[in-house]
Amino acid sequence: MNLFKFLDRRASAPVARERLQILLAHERASVCNANLVALLHKEVLAAVSKHIAIDPERVEVNLRERDKVSLLEIDIEIDAAMKRTDIGEAA
Amino acid sequence: MAKILVVTSGKGGVGKTTTTAALGAALAQSNHKVAVVDFDVGLRNLDLVMGAERRVVYDLINVANGDAKLHQALIRDKRVDTLHLLAASQTRDKDALTEEGVRRVIDELRERFDWIVCDSPAGIERGATLAMRFADVAVVVANPEISSVRDSDRIIGLLDAKTERAERGERLDKHLLLTRYDPGRAARGEMLHVDDVLEILSIPLIGIIPESEDVLRASNVGSPVTLHTTTSAPARAYMDAARRLCGVDVPMDIPVDKKGLLVRLFGRRAA
Repeated sequence: MNLFKFLDRRASAPVARERLQILLAHERASVCNANLVALLHKEVLAAVSKHIAIDPERVEVNLRERDKVSLLEIDIEIDAAMKRTDIGEAA
Repeated sequence: MAKILVVTSGKGGVGKTTTTAALGAALAQSNHKVAVVDFDVGLRNLDLVMGAERRVVYDLINVANGDAKLHQALIRDKRVDTLHLLAASQTRDKDALTEEGVRRVIDELRERFDWIVCDSPAGIERGATLAMRFADVAVVVANPEISSVRDSDRIIGLLDAKTERAERGERLDKHLLLTRYDPGRAARGEMLHVDDVLEILSIPLIGIIPESEDVLRASNVGSPVTLHTTTSAPARAYMDAARRLCGVDVPMDIPVDKKGLLVRLFGRRAA
């Protein structure tokens, strides 16, 4: 029992290697997406808030990737009270 | 044609400064005109490792801001004629360096030297991106340790995104230099093997520096390891790496565990 534990502790490099491979595969995918999502978030926010008053905290932009399709989700909550009355004039 | 080489890493303490000094000296020893430049503003150390800490009058920021001429700030190495140092400032604000200032210094250095070796600060912030900004070649320094390998991956990403060369769509040569490598521990599965790191980071290898007392001994006395103990294993590994940078085809010598069983059993206790 103790001997097995001893051998186990020795070969930690394969564990490190596996952890790194999983982690980096994940990080490489999300780092470039994170930048894109942040950019989209900012620009969508700017475009929409020209016409409707929105709470930046309640805007969600997500980019999901499945096998062959990417899905861009934009969720913007609008309060009835926050709708501008002068939308027609602004346009 | 001058080459700008940046020595970089995400994680601190992996041996960027040691590597800058060793590679700079090795290149200068083979008669290239070399300037080593410390970009680690606020925490300068390259002057100390090079043994020139008491000779610094003007530094990189002085030159970048036009307060001093380049020739006033360049410190010529006492051992090798073709080796020069441009130190970092210790006292000023770390944001004192601007892209324009750095560009001017680099352009001026380009005219006088064959190699400009830039010692980057650790991390991914302004100082690090400025150090790599104008690079033609990058040496990414890593230890065979998970945190270092992960951070190296980030740095490789930055090299592909934030350098002028990358922005112009040109090629930036990226190389991996593995430091503090212990072949015995790698063979026993206690340390990531060179092949593991290479497979994970997938950039070409420029050298493997074995873990050695000689590295510390050299920096203790303020001498690049390639000048201090020319025949030691790390010195030879650095000199081979320098030759590879110059395009010479040097076979890669992966260190092997030379210790016998008795040394392995009893040597550890003495260490």
